[in-house]
Amino acid sequence: MSSYFEINELKAEIEGKPILNGLSLTVAKGETHALMGPNGSGKSTLANVIMGHPAYEVTGGEILFEGENILELDPEERARKGLFLAFQYPVAVPGVTVASFLKHAHDAVYGEKKLKAAEFLKQLRADMDFVGVDQTFLNRYLNDGFSGGEKKRMEILQMLTLRPRMAVMDETDSGLDIDALKVVSMGVNKLVGAEFGLLVITHYERILRYIHPDHLHVLIDGKVAFSGGPELVKRLEEEGYDWVRNEFGKEALMA
Amino acid sequence: MEDKLGTDSALIQEEYQYGFVTQVDEDRIPKGLNEETIRLISAKKGEPEWMTEWRLKAFRWWQKKSEPRWALLNYPEIDYQDICYYSAPKKMTDRFKNEDGEIDPEVRKTFERLGIPIDEQHRMEGVAVDAVFDSVSVATTHREMLKDMGIIFCSISEAIRDYPDLVRKYLGTVVPQTDNYFASLNSAVFTDGSFVFVPKGVRCPVELSTYFRINSQDTGQFERTLIIAEEGAYVSYLEGCTAPMRDTNQLHAAVVELIALDDAQIKYATIQNWYAGDAEGKGGIYNFVTKRGHCRGKRSKISWTQVEAGAAITWKYPSCILQGDHSVGEFYSVAVTNDRMQADTGTKMIHIGNHTRSTIVSKGISAGHSANTYRGLVQVLPDAVGCRNYSACDSMLVGATCTANTVPYIQAENSTAIIEHEATTSKISEDQLFYLRSRGIDEESAISLVVNGFCKEVFKQLPMEFAVEATKLLELKLEGSIG
Repeated sequence: MSSYFEINELKAEIEGKPILNGLSLTVAKGETHALMGPNGSGKSTLANVIMGHPAYEVTGGEILFEGENILELDPEERARKGLFLAFQYPVAVPGVTVASFLKHAHDAVYGEKKLKAAEFLKQLRADMDFVGVDQTFLNRYLNDGFSGGEKKRMEILQMLTLRPRMAVMDETDSGLDIDALKVVSMGVNKLVGAEFGLLVITHYERILRYIHPDHLHVLIDGKVAFSGGPELVKRLEEEGYDWVRNEFGKEALMA
Repeated sequence: MEDKLGTDSALIQEEYQYGFVTQVDEDRIPKGLNEETIRLISAKKGEPEWMTEWRLKAFRWWQKKSEPRWALLNYPEIDYQDICYYSAPKKMTDRFKNEDGEIDPEVRKTFERLGIPIDEQHRMEGVAVDAVFDSVSVATTHREMLKDMGIIFCSISEAIRDYPDLVRKYLGTVVPQTDNYFASLNSAVFTDGSFVFVPKGVRCPVELSTYFRINSQDTGQFERTLIIAEEGAYVSYLEGCTAPMRDTNQLHAAVVELIALDDAQIKYATIQNWYAGDAEGKGGIYNFVTKRGHCRGKRSKISWTQVEAGAAITWKYPSCILQGDHSVGEFYSVAVTNDRMQADTGTKMIHIGNHTRSTIVSKGISAGHSANTYRGLVQVLPDAVGCRNYSACDSMLVGATCTANTVPYIQAENSTAIIEHEATTSKISEDQLFYLRSRGIDEESAISLVVNGFCKEVFKQLPMEFAVEATKLLELKLEGSIG
């Protein structure tokens, strides 16, 4: 019996340079996992490989989502299966409005007849209020001229719109002030539940005060070096990231 | 993992859906070009003597000149004696004797297939259509309503017959017979086109539209359009064009003249979808066009919007002569090239009057092995005070085998002029496509979103229904071209 979301011995490289060196990780349905690690440990590579970025080459291992190896699928097919990646650096698409983009994306995932434009818009407006995105953004071009914080809120808005069943957040917290972080976390927590899996990739423990992980993994040199349950998260909460740093600092700095 | 971005270039090439041929009996004159040919065309059209002479003057000048070759275009020599200069569906030839003359059912069907309604019963809401089939105008809709307002919208042949004074007053005043090689050829042999006259103070309530169709083989199409907006008048005009798929090249050399008097405004939009030849560059239309608007009056305004999506070769520079003080010229262009298509297109803004303003927004998209050049001139004459120009020329490359060039010429001879020019070249980015695809949008749709976003500023200038058509056309043109 396979798990909900399972990464086995994943190896990947970019432009011939190996980044992931046999990474394994399992997220059960309803769980929230955090993945931490120093710069260069392969966090963003993992996020991109999970979603199928064509620049990365997978050289070994598998990623199973509900028992199916998704490495064979195009990014759009992964999205339609219920996978979602909140990007660290969302790109701008000039000339494409937020409203039109979200409708396209929603229709692509759920089929065109699922929701009428008016209903869709109503739901979207409510979601926008929830994550504190002004309604005027509907007619702005996607991420074009958005501030860092606005882009991150837009990622969460997309996540609420597409209602994925398994989401990966790639350093969504970096560059956010505390208020924005609270709003973003609130948006994510709206989705957290029995039918939802979440992998939060982060550099700082700060976000884990708002999104509470069941498991924590430390990524070093393209592999999960250390994992723990709620007790590790609790200790992290009490003693901060410094504790992780002290425990694994040497390897982390060497990576 | 399969790298989709690198592999499926040119695998799916949507076939040109307007490439069919209509079987009609043709009234065709023999191939070749000499003074006799011109007299024959003029006679077929029942033109007055002055018109025949006007044509001959153009022809005599043309004979002494040679084809311009300064554009970044590469094509074999054109044999002007191997072209038929007049072809018409037979049943149409007596049209000018009978206003209610019947339209050849095959021709009618052709326009139906193209989605162009030419019957008064089936006319489009808010759009009056003139349909030109090879060398003759087939039908013009909405005529009576326009007539009541004093607006003339008819074929140029009819205008020469019915409104000779107006035609004589304005024809050739913006693009003279001796303007350039192709314009002069057009002046000698033009067969049909549209004529629009909007009298003083009248705002034309519908879009005027002409649809050009080349059907006959080895036939050149030489249409001539003349639009006049008197003081305070307004008119919006749109032309569309298609041709059958043939493996020989066909010549299209049009001339369009626009004249705007004081406070008049003319908007002219083109959706050009001539057959572009096949993927190897065989066949297709040579599109050599001279379009020029004259802002003759104070505060007049002329706007060109073009979506150039077809033709094997495009040589076209819709221009504005800004003579009236405070007059405004605009040029919005999307030029898409794919396969072996070549386009050298842009505009000229000539600032003569004081405080004249111009805007140029050009979007070039190249894919396949095509070459796409923007060529534009902004000129401010020494006496023109307080003129402004803003130009933005953006190129987007789809794939690695196409080229894009930007050739701006700026001649500011008055120190008060403010001229801004921006140019960018970008590749459609893998990250952009990945971002959209990660949201469930398939690759083709992602490309079309990015490209249509890139063209948004220009499409906004088109009337609603045509903007939708332009969007679809672009999708069709670029389908399967990422690579």
